[in-house]
Amino acid sequence: MGSYLHTVDSDWYRQRVSGVLICILAAFLILLVRLYYLQIIEGPEFRRRSQNNCVRLRSIPPPRGLIFDRNGVLVVENRPCFNISIVPRDAKDPKVVVHKLAELLDISHETLFARIDEVVGIRSFKPVLLRRDVSRDVVAITEAHKLDLPGIMISVGSTRHYLNGKQASHVLGYLGEISGEELKKGSFPDNRSGDFIGKFGVEKAYEPFFFGKRGEQQIEVNALGQLSRILRTEEAIPGNNIHLTLDIELQRKAEALLSGKVGTALAMDPSNGHILAMASSPAFDPNAFVEGMTYESWNDLASNEFRPMENKAIQGQYPPASTYKIVTAMAGLEEGVITEDFKVFCPGYLRYGNRTFRCWKRGGHGFMNIIDGLAQSCDVFFYQLGDKLGVDRLARYAKLCGLGLPTGVNLDKEAKGLVPTSGWKLGRMGVPWQGGETLSVAIGQSFDLVTPIQMLSLISAVANGGTRFKPLVVSRIESSGGSLVKKEEPVPMGRLPASKKTLQMIKRGLIDVVNKRTGTGWIARIPGIAVAGKTGTAQVVRMQEDNKEKSEESILLHHRDHAWFIAFAPSEEPKVAVAVLIEHGGHGSTAAGPIAREMIKTYLGNYGIEGLRN
Amino acid sequence: MIDRRLIEHFDWVLLSLTLVLGGIGILTIYSAANANVDIAGAKGLVHLKQSYWFAIGTGVMILMALFSYRWLNRLALPIYVFSIGLLVAVLFVGKEVSGSQRWLDLGPVSFQPSELVKVSIVIILARYFSRGASEEGFSLIELWKPLIWTLIPFALIVKQPDLGTSLIVLLIAGSVCMFVKIERRTLIGLTGVVIAGSAGAWFFLKGYQKQRILTFLDPQGDPLGAGYHIIQSKIAVGSGLLFGKGFLKGTQNALSFLPEQHTDFIFSVLAEEWGFLGAAAIILLYVLVVIWGLAIAARSKEPFGTILAVGLTSMIFWQTFINLAMALALLPVVGVPLPLISYGGSSMLVSMGAIGILLNISMRRFLFKE
Repeated sequence: MGSYLHTVDSDWYRQRVSGVLICILAAFLILLVRLYYLQIIEGPEFRRRSQNNCVRLRSIPPPRGLIFDRNGVLVVENRPCFNISIVPRDAKDPKVVVHKLAELLDISHETLFARIDEVVGIRSFKPVLLRRDVSRDVVAITEAHKLDLPGIMISVGSTRHYLNGKQASHVLGYLGEISGEELKKGSFPDNRSGDFIGKFGVEKAYEPFFFGKRGEQQIEVNALGQLSRILRTEEAIPGNNIHLTLDIELQRKAEALLSGKVGTALAMDPSNGHILAMASSPAFDPNAFVEGMTYESWNDLASNEFRPMENKAIQGQYPPASTYKIVTAMAGLEEGVITEDFKVFCPGYLRYGNRTFRCWKRGGHGFMNIIDGLAQSCDVFFYQLGDKLGVDRLARYAKLCGLGLPTGVNLDKEAKGLVPTSGWKLGRMGVPWQGGETLSVAIGQSFDLVTPIQMLSLISAVANGGTRFKPLVVSRIESSGGSLVKKEEPVPMGRLPASKKTLQMIKRGLIDVVNKRTGTGWIARIPGIAVAGKTGTAQVVRMQEDNKEKSEESILLHHRDHAWFIAFAPSEEPKVAVAVLIEHGGHGSTAAGPIAREMIKTYLGNYGIEGLRN
Repeated sequence: MIDRRLIEHFDWVLLSLTLVLGGIGILTIYSAANANVDIAGAKGLVHLKQSYWFAIGTGVMILMALFSYRWLNRLALPIYVFSIGLLVAVLFVGKEVSGSQRWLDLGPVSFQPSELVKVSIVIILARYFSRGASEEGFSLIELWKPLIWTLIPFALIVKQPDLGTSLIVLLIAGSVCMFVKIERRTLIGLTGVVIAGSAGAWFFLKGYQKQRILTFLDPQGDPLGAGYHIIQSKIAVGSGLLFGKGFLKGTQNALSFLPEQHTDFIFSVLAEEWGFLGAAAIILLYVLVVIWGLAIAARSKEPFGTILAVGLTSMIFWQTFINLAMALALLPVVGVPLPLISYGGSSMLVSMGAIGILLNISMRRFLFKE
């Protein structure tokens, strides 16, 4: 043992360790004594209390956030509903109880019982939702037979209500019950089985904001598991309210204009990318999804040949046709391939190699410059221009205009379209690019594919002087108390590849489209307002096999062209840009033009633009 | 390459104890999650995740036993600085979970740096104290460095806020200091400061933390409010009686009355299902682990190894003791996991890492001369 003043040896440490050991053993002894006291001495009393199990925790689902339009008009709300649930453990024999309930309500007991198995198993204390949103009659019957139905409880919940049915359904989206898989993936940590979550549209994209905070209630139940007393309630916190950029009046107008047609009509504020209207026809009623859809009605929706579940504004891909000439013109002017003075003689066709490319106007346009070419949509002018540019240069401009890529709108399933290049064709089809194909691409036919929202974004950028904004459908998110949670600021995605001068020239052409009697969009003019726009008529080539199975009428319909019209107004200080596409509508000017005109009129009329009063 | 004596002296007992406790943990978590669809549903199959963590933990344990632990002596400061760096990072980029920012998000997994600090503080204290222990004990002047090393992580963890873990850090550091002996008058002075400090801290506690302490002192005063969980835990434990209700048959567990039943209150689930016999057996297993740790400390032939072993053992002890005392309603509810059994990756890795270092010290005790 070293007893020098400043050194210690292993023995000293060993003594210290023994000291520690004694302290620790004493501490554990306290735990053991306590355990003995709780389990052996007081145990029987605790066992009795645990068997009673009369106090339960019940979760209160939070009300989902509401949806308003840009002017604060309520679009989606929640309405109260009655739900029937079962606590399997209280039911003693859930099978018997569910049978009885099914008999009383005259529904199949298998579907009811499947839910118990699926969600928790028959020994659970957790309530399992059997039927949502039942009628008052069902509530009355169930209440009357309360004593025969141990474990069954009726609760007041809330269910989603889309105030205007099909209106804006593609933007709003719909809800569906969370699936077991979604729960397991862990991306919805706050959700439980039985919850409804957004499955499409804004409901899906903003799901985390819509769901509030779950509340909790301590309740006392009787021997049948039915509520006898509420002991304590911690209220749920409602989800955040979402304010759309949509103007619901313009939306309603757009949908009315589309009624009976297949297609889409959308409008944007060119100064910030706010989507003012986004109508897609035919539409679906999102209420059907929360009310519980039968297999048949879902099938009808899913297999309908006009695809009502598809948001054609962002999911539909179409040849841009003559609306693409804006891109070709931009490329030609910027690359210095042509100038304002450059002229082409249009005899109604162009010989290219041993092929003849026709202009839409058989008799020909005569001499055309860039402005007239746009205004009268002369194909021959743009064939020549395309030939001078070559497909790859054209593709570069198309991509800088935002084509071939999703616009980034915060909605599900946006398609990206297709900008063909020579490399793309070689890789995809194994054959080299043909010069003649460039001519078709230059007028927006052949392989070109765009979505209507891409064209809207493009025409908005032309309108505002060249800035491409990300299309926004939500402007701000507020808490249920009204304080700001998140503001969606305008997001510039890039600039059009065009100088001020080039854009000015294109604008002149687009103004002439609508305001000159020779322009292709004369039908869309509004007295007192300078509208600028571009028509498009997309040839539809369908495969033969496809047609065989269809009826005579539908072949005819499917052979008709898609009609485009994209526009903005007033041309000097643009307040609104629109894009309209009618599937198999025929000519762009006659089928799509009037719709675009009426939308512009409605929007500008509502915002008191002078000159529109009469 | 590897000295044969290392393998001969490998501590199979400590290894077995660790594996048994980890296995019990996975079974209990399975039971807790099985009865409660929300735990199983929202977070995936938690017992499977725990198994993965246990497997990784075993790897970490072996890794920590491979190199000579004297490297820890040399690297004490860098390890300490690294762990403090992570704690600071958590304040800025940490992930917020139910009101406190404790987690670093590392892609598919998240990590709690406060768990790592528990070990790094022990290492740096062991390095410091192993150089100058004396029979008179350390004076206040010699203690200022260890004090600062302790208070930095303590303050950072309080800020998250995570009261339970910050107290554990204090207790671990305090235990190491007590072990190496502190001068009598310094000890009396520091004790006074701690008492005054706790009284003063009352004013800095958050509302829910004050409530927990008040509730603990008088649970019946608010049986349906905050006292509810304490009473429910007592009912769960007590209703287990001698033999328990059986695996997967706990009813308190099934009702999800217990908060955090697969993490902080895992012992309540265990005691309910396995009764006094099972619960006491678990406590005895922990007693064995702690005795083993201390035996390793006593047998190590150099001060750094001894102090390091005592520190790591005290870490396991304090977490076990506080967690069990909380489940048995002897202490207020503070979030401290039960080592090796509670659900959680960070806690599992750090506990198994600490045991790896203990194995390391144990198997190298013959490599030093007296």
